[in-house]
Amino acid sequence: MSTTRDAFRQGVVDVLPVVLGVVPFGLIAGVAAADAGFDLVTALGFSVGIFAGASQLAAIDLLGRDAPALVAIGTIAVINSRMLMYGASLAPYLAREPLHRRLGAAYFLVDQVYALCLIRWRADPELPRLPYYLGTAIPLWVNWVLWTAVGAVAGASLPSAIPLGFAVPLVFLALLVPAMHDRPTVAAGVAAATVATVAAPLPANLGMPLAAVTGIAVGLGVSVLGGGVREAEAAGDAVEAT
Amino acid sequence: MSAPSAAWVVIGAGAVLTYAIRAVFLVFAARLTSVPPPVREGLRMIPAAALAALIMPAVLRPQGELDLVAARPLAAILAAFVAWRTGNVALTIGVGMLAVVALGYVPGW
Repeated sequence: MSTTRDAFRQGVVDVLPVVLGVVPFGLIAGVAAADAGFDLVTALGFSVGIFAGASQLAAIDLLGRDAPALVAIGTIAVINSRMLMYGASLAPYLAREPLHRRLGAAYFLVDQVYALCLIRWRADPELPRLPYYLGTAIPLWVNWVLWTAVGAVAGASLPSAIPLGFAVPLVFLALLVPAMHDRPTVAAGVAAATVATVAAPLPANLGMPLAAVTGIAVGLGVSVLGGGVREAEAAGDAVEAT
Repeated sequence: MSAPSAAWVVIGAGAVLTYAIRAVFLVFAARLTSVPPPVREGLRMIPAAALAALIMPAVLRPQGELDLVAARPLAAILAAFVAWRTGNVALTIGVGMLAVVALGYVPGW
């Protein structure tokens, strides 16, 4: 039987290599904010308030190109809607926690916390879950805010010969490649990329949401034709049965 | 450069929406433990679709004009190859940035 403290410590141990991998991403979140003309407090506002890297970078990029606030907000919602799936997937494991703890935990629900918790909770059902969750989440949060601050301060003084803005699509590229791992997700990515390229001259950067929605529809269509939804149904039944 | 107040509107609304997305299923955890499969499949498509939609204009149209043979698309192809072979985020960014800076010094580019 593990104690609360052991579970928290286990979370910290598991998350440390992941934390190192997120350092450049946090730096770029700060540098991109500085590059778009935002000060340190605003850069930290993105990282503390939203705490979701890809959506922060997209919003900062859009604001830097004078897109309307509504387009930036809609883009944040589209990119982060994947977290609906994380909440739904982890919810059964936290169902016995009191509401206020689940509300607190929700703030920290990022990709890495989700992935680590799902693996560890399945492998070790006796482990106290919420302490493990916070053990992975708190180092990630501290690391994220810290490197955003460093990036925001350093960003303004970096030489202009380095096209820092290019780091943003590179981060997305590093996340995109593993996200395209089967036929429906490849179709979703290719369709979105095509529409985004053709529709880029549309006003108010409307090409981005248009491309994303098209990609999701095409991916879902390929999944339905290939029997992916039926497989997901079967997998859902299996999860509920355990 | 854009108005700081616009940034705070985006931060505020983005924070509320993102928190709601994270919290909704955790709050109703006891009652609802599964997402309908078609919805789940749709959600599964979001990372690939959203990221691809963000990348293409930044790589192919950095100045608004479609530019297929330039430093950025070539550096992006190289970085995509590194991401595919290694899965390493830091290495992908490093190789991509080095490539775009190096290609910037090639005459005629």
